[in-house]
Amino acid sequence: MTLKEVCEILEANVVCGQDNLDIEVKMACGSDMMSDVLAFVKNQSLLLTGLQNPQVVRTADMMDMHCIVFVRGKEPTEDIIELACDRDIVLMQTPLRMFTACGRLYDAGLKG
Amino acid sequence: MDISYNVNGDDFTRAGEASSKFKKALKQVGFDAEIIRRVTIAMYEAEINMVIHAHGGVIDCKITPEKIELWFRDKGPGIENIDLAMKEGYSTAPDNVRSLGFGAGMGLPNIKKYTDEMKIETELGVGTTVYIAVNV
Ligand SMILES: Nc1ncnc2c1ncn2[C@@H]1O[C@H](COP(=O)(O)OP(=O)(O)OP(=O)(O)O)[C@@H](O)[C@H]1O
Ligand SMILES: [Mg+2]
Repeated sequence: MTLKEVCEILEANVVCGQDNLDIEVKMACGSDMMSDVLAFVKNQSLLLTGLQNPQVVRTADMMDMHCIVFVRGKEPTEDIIELACDRDIVLMQTPLRMFTACGRLYDAGLKG
Repeated sequence: MDISYNVNGDDFTRAGEASSKFKKALKQVGFDAEIIRRVTIAMYEAEINMVIHAHGGVIDCKITPEKIELWFRDKGPGIENIDLAMKEGYSTAPDNVRSLGFGAGMGLPNIKKYTDEMKIETELGVGTTVYIAVNV
Protein backbone atom coordinates (compact mmCIF):
# COMPACT_ATOMS: atom_id res chain seq x y z
CA MET A 1 0.00 0.00 0.00
CA THR A 2 1.30 3.47 -0.79
CA LEU A 3 1.27 6.37 1.67
CA LYS A 4 -1.21 8.04 -0.65
CA GLU A 5 -3.63 5.14 -0.04
CA VAL A 6 -2.95 5.32 3.71
CA CYS A 7 -3.88 8.97 3.55
CA GLU A 8 -7.17 8.25 1.77
CA ILE A 9 -8.15 5.37 4.04
CA LEU A 10 -7.53 7.48 7.15
CA GLU A 11 -9.14 10.63 5.71
CA ALA A 12 -5.86 12.22 6.70
CA ASN A 13 -4.28 15.51 6.03
CA VAL A 14 -0.62 15.52 4.93
CA VAL A 15 1.34 17.91 7.14
CA CYS A 16 4.71 17.39 5.48
CA GLY A 17 6.32 15.15 2.88
CA GLN A 18 3.70 15.64 0.15
CA ASP A 19 6.31 14.59 -2.44
CA ASN A 20 6.91 11.20 -0.83
CA LEU A 21 3.41 9.73 -0.98
CA ASP A 22 4.37 7.06 -3.49
CA ILE A 23 6.45 5.26 -0.82
CA GLU A 24 5.22 1.68 -0.23
CA VAL A 25 4.45 0.45 3.28
CA LYS A 26 3.67 -3.13 4.27
CA MET A 27 3.64 -3.02 8.07
CA ALA A 28 2.52 -0.52 10.69
CA CYS A 29 2.63 -0.04 14.43
CA GLY A 30 0.32 1.93 16.73
CA SER A 31 1.64 3.13 20.09
CA ASP A 32 1.87 6.06 22.46
CA MET A 33 4.89 4.47 24.17
CA MET A 34 8.11 5.19 22.29
CA SER A 35 9.87 2.68 24.58
CA ASP A 36 7.71 -0.06 23.05
CA VAL A 37 8.29 1.18 19.50
CA LEU A 38 12.04 1.02 20.12
CA ALA A 39 11.80 -2.45 21.63
CA PHE A 40 9.30 -4.17 19.35
CA VAL A 41 9.37 -2.57 15.91
CA LYS A 42 11.17 -4.57 13.23
CA ASN A 43 10.15 -3.74 9.68
CA GLN A 44 7.17 -1.55 10.39
CA SER A 45 7.61 1.66 8.46
CA LEU A 46 4.44 3.47 9.55
CA LEU A 47 3.84 4.72 13.09
CA LEU A 48 0.41 5.73 14.39
CA THR A 49 0.51 7.65 17.66
CA GLY A 50 -1.41 10.00 19.91
CA LEU A 51 1.81 11.30 21.46
CA GLN A 52 3.03 14.75 20.50
CA ASN A 53 6.69 15.54 21.03
CA PRO A 54 9.96 15.63 19.06
CA GLN A 55 10.89 12.18 20.39
CA VAL A 56 8.14 10.69 18.24
CA VAL A 57 10.04 11.87 15.15
CA ARG A 58 13.45 10.93 16.58
CA THR A 59 12.16 7.45 17.48
CA ALA A 60 10.76 6.98 13.96
CA ASP A 61 14.09 8.21 12.56
CA MET A 62 16.08 5.69 14.65
CA MET A 63 13.77 2.88 13.47
CA ASP A 64 14.09 3.98 9.80
CA MET A 65 10.33 4.53 9.57
CA HIS A 66 8.89 6.55 6.67
CA CYS A 67 5.68 7.98 8.03
CA ILE A 68 4.02 9.13 11.27
CA VAL A 69 0.25 9.48 11.57
CA PHE A 70 -1.06 11.57 14.47
CA VAL A 71 -4.45 10.24 15.52
CA ARG A 72 -7.40 12.05 17.12
CA GLY A 73 -6.77 15.21 15.12
CA LYS A 74 -3.65 16.16 17.05
CA GLU A 75 -1.96 19.17 15.49
CA PRO A 76 1.84 18.70 15.33
CA THR A 77 3.86 21.71 16.51
CA GLU A 78 6.39 23.62 14.38
CA ASP A 79 9.44 21.92 15.94
CA ILE A 80 7.98 18.48 15.20
CA ILE A 81 7.21 19.41 11.59
CA GLU A 82 10.66 20.89 11.06
CA LEU A 83 12.37 17.80 12.45
CA ALA A 84 10.27 15.47 10.26
CA CYS A 85 10.99 17.48 7.10
CA ASP A 86 14.69 17.40 7.85
CA ARG A 87 14.57 13.58 8.27
CA ASP A 88 12.40 13.02 5.17
CA ILE A 89 9.61 11.57 7.28
CA VAL A 90 6.04 12.05 6.06
CA LEU A 91 3.64 13.46 8.69
CA MET A 92 -0.12 12.97 8.54
CA GLN A 93 -2.94 13.88 10.80
CA THR A 94 -6.23 12.00 10.99
CA PRO A 95 -9.40 12.82 12.93
CA LEU A 96 -9.85 9.07 13.59
CA ARG A 97 -9.03 7.50 16.95
CA MET A 98 -6.17 5.03 17.31
CA PHE A 99 -8.35 1.89 17.29
CA THR A 100 -10.32 2.94 14.26
CA ALA A 101 -7.28 4.11 12.32
CA CYS A 102 -5.38 0.87 12.97
CA GLY A 103 -8.49 -1.20 12.19
CA ARG A 104 -9.02 0.43 8.82
CA LEU A 105 -5.40 -0.06 7.77
CA TYR A 106 -5.39 -3.67 8.97
CA ASP A 107 -8.59 -4.29 7.03
CA ALA A 108 -6.97 -2.86 3.93
CA GLY A 109 -4.09 -5.33 4.18
CA LEU A 110 -1.39 -3.71 6.30
CA LYS A 111 0.25 -6.11 8.75
CA GLY A 112 1.29 -5.48 12.36
CA MET B 1 37.32 9.11 14.25
CA ASP B 2 36.22 10.51 17.64
CA ILE B 3 33.11 12.57 18.35
CA SER B 4 31.74 13.85 21.68
CA TYR B 5 28.29 15.16 22.53
CA ASN B 6 27.05 17.03 25.58
CA VAL B 7 23.61 15.86 26.62
CA ASN B 8 21.48 18.53 28.24
CA GLY B 9 19.57 17.10 31.19
CA ASP B 10 17.12 19.96 31.69
CA ASP B 11 15.39 20.05 28.33
CA PHE B 12 13.54 16.85 27.44
CA THR B 13 12.51 18.18 24.02
CA ARG B 14 16.19 17.95 22.99
CA ALA B 15 16.68 14.37 24.21
CA GLY B 16 17.84 12.29 21.27
CA GLU B 17 19.58 15.10 19.41
CA ALA B 18 23.02 13.54 19.85
CA SER B 19 21.86 10.16 18.52
CA SER B 20 20.23 11.82 15.58
CA LYS B 21 23.45 13.73 14.72
CA PHE B 22 25.56 10.61 15.11
CA LYS B 23 23.19 8.70 12.85
CA LYS B 24 23.74 11.32 10.14
CA ALA B 25 27.51 11.10 10.64
CA LEU B 26 27.47 7.28 10.31
CA LYS B 27 25.39 7.55 7.13
CA GLN B 28 27.92 9.98 5.68
CA VAL B 29 30.77 7.58 6.45
CA GLY B 30 28.75 4.98 4.56
CA PHE B 31 28.22 2.24 7.11
CA ASP B 32 25.80 -0.60 6.41
CA ALA B 33 22.20 0.41 7.25
CA GLU B 34 21.72 -2.46 9.72
CA ILE B 35 24.88 -1.50 11.66
CA ILE B 36 23.72 2.13 11.78
CA ARG B 37 20.32 1.04 13.01
CA ARG B 38 21.75 -1.12 15.81
CA VAL B 39 24.19 1.54 16.99
CA THR B 40 21.73 4.41 16.93
CA ILE B 41 18.82 2.58 18.58
CA ALA B 42 21.14 1.59 21.45
CA MET B 43 22.59 5.10 21.60
CA TYR B 44 19.16 6.71 21.62
CA GLU B 45 18.00 4.49 24.50
CA ALA B 46 21.11 5.34 26.53
CA GLU B 47 20.86 9.05 25.70
CA ILE B 48 17.21 9.15 26.80
CA ASN B 49 18.20 7.34 30.01
CA MET B 50 20.82 10.02 30.73
CA VAL B 51 18.14 12.69 30.41
CA ILE B 52 15.28 11.05 32.30
CA HIS B 53 17.29 9.33 35.03
CA ALA B 54 20.56 11.27 35.43
CA HIS B 55 20.31 15.02 34.53
CA GLY B 56 22.29 14.58 31.30
CA GLY B 57 25.98 13.90 30.74
CA VAL B 58 28.55 13.33 28.02
CA ILE B 59 28.66 10.78 25.17
CA ASP B 60 32.01 9.86 23.61
CA CYS B 61 31.97 7.97 20.32
CA LYS B 62 34.92 6.20 18.74
CA ILE B 63 34.86 4.71 15.26
CA THR B 64 37.59 2.23 14.31
CA PRO B 65 37.78 -0.21 11.38
CA GLU B 66 36.72 -3.02 13.75
CA LYS B 67 33.95 -1.46 15.81
CA ILE B 68 31.90 1.52 16.87
CA GLU B 69 32.29 2.22 20.59
CA LEU B 70 30.31 4.58 22.80
CA TRP B 71 30.68 5.74 26.40
CA PHE B 72 27.77 7.42 28.20
CA ARG B 73 28.99 9.19 31.35
CA ASP B 74 26.65 10.86 33.80
CA LYS B 75 26.80 12.23 37.33
CA GLY B 76 23.29 11.05 38.19
CA PRO B 77 22.05 8.99 41.13
CA GLY B 78 23.62 5.71 39.97
CA ILE B 79 21.84 2.37 39.60
CA GLU B 80 21.13 0.45 42.80
CA ASN B 81 20.76 -3.01 41.30
CA ILE B 82 22.09 -3.56 37.78
CA ASP B 83 20.59 -7.06 37.42
CA LEU B 84 17.16 -5.69 38.24
CA ALA B 85 17.61 -2.67 35.94
CA MET B 86 18.49 -5.05 33.08
CA LYS B 87 15.16 -6.90 33.47
CA GLU B 88 12.49 -6.18 30.85
CA GLY B 89 9.74 -4.09 32.39
CA TYR B 90 11.70 -2.82 35.39
CA SER B 91 11.52 0.97 35.58
CA THR B 92 11.72 3.64 38.25
CA ALA B 93 10.54 6.32 35.80
CA PRO B 94 7.87 8.61 37.29
CA ASP B 95 4.47 9.15 35.63
CA ASN B 96 5.50 12.38 33.93
CA VAL B 97 8.19 10.44 32.02
CA ARG B 98 5.60 7.85 31.01
CA SER B 99 3.35 10.58 29.63
CA LEU B 100 6.29 11.58 27.39
CA GLY B 101 6.31 8.09 25.89
CA PHE B 102 9.14 6.50 27.88
CA GLY B 103 9.56 4.48 31.07
CA ALA B 104 8.48 0.98 30.05
CA GLY B 105 11.66 -0.56 31.41
CA MET B 106 12.72 -1.75 27.97
CA GLY B 107 15.75 0.47 27.32
CA LEU B 108 18.64 -1.41 28.91
CA PRO B 109 17.52 -4.86 27.64
CA ASN B 110 17.09 -3.30 24.20
CA ILE B 111 20.63 -1.88 24.31
CA LYS B 112 21.90 -5.35 25.18
CA LYS B 113 19.95 -6.86 22.28
CA TYR B 114 21.37 -4.50 19.67
CA THR B 115 25.03 -4.40 20.74
CA ASP B 116 27.92 -6.87 20.72
CA GLU B 117 29.26 -5.61 24.03
CA MET B 118 27.69 -3.73 26.93
CA LYS B 119 29.14 -2.79 30.32
CA ILE B 120 27.66 -0.72 33.12
CA GLU B 121 29.77 0.85 35.86
CA THR B 122 27.81 2.67 38.50
CA GLU B 123 28.14 4.09 41.98
CA LEU B 124 25.23 5.35 44.03
CA GLY B 125 25.29 9.12 44.39
CA VAL B 126 28.28 9.42 42.04
CA GLY B 127 27.08 8.46 38.57
CA THR B 128 26.94 5.85 35.84
CA THR B 129 29.02 4.96 32.80
CA VAL B 130 27.48 2.74 30.16
CA TYR B 131 29.85 1.34 27.52
CA ILE B 132 28.60 -0.24 24.32
CA ALA B 133 30.27 -1.57 21.19
CA VAL B 134 28.98 -2.82 17.86
CA ASN B 135 31.34 -4.75 15.57
CA VAL B 136 31.41 -3.53 11.99
N1 LIG C 1 21.91 6.52 33.52
C1 LIG C 1 21.14 6.05 34.51
N2 LIG C 1 21.24 6.58 35.76
C2 LIG C 1 20.48 6.12 36.77
N3 LIG C 1 19.58 5.13 36.65
C3 LIG C 1 19.43 4.57 35.44
C4 LIG C 1 20.19 4.99 34.31
N4 LIG C 1 19.84 4.23 33.25
C5 LIG C 1 18.90 3.38 33.70
N5 LIG C 1 18.65 3.56 35.02
C6 LIG C 1 17.72 2.78 35.88
O1 LIG C 1 17.45 1.53 35.27
C7 LIG C 1 16.04 1.39 35.04
C8 LIG C 1 15.80 0.61 33.76
O2 LIG C 1 16.28 1.37 32.63
P1 LIG C 1 15.62 1.11 31.21
O3 LIG C 1 16.26 2.01 30.23
O4 LIG C 1 15.68 -0.35 30.93
O5 LIG C 1 14.09 1.49 31.42
P2 LIG C 1 13.42 2.94 31.55
O6 LIG C 1 14.40 3.98 31.10
O7 LIG C 1 12.88 3.09 32.91
O8 LIG C 1 12.24 2.83 30.50
P3 LIG C 1 12.38 2.79 28.89
O9 LIG C 1 13.83 2.65 28.57
O10 LIG C 1 11.57 1.62 28.44
O11 LIG C 1 11.82 4.07 28.39
C9 LIG C 1 15.50 2.81 35.02
O12 LIG C 1 14.14 2.91 35.31
C10 LIG C 1 16.38 3.47 36.09
O13 LIG C 1 15.92 3.14 37.37
MG1 LIG D 1 15.38 3.78 29.25
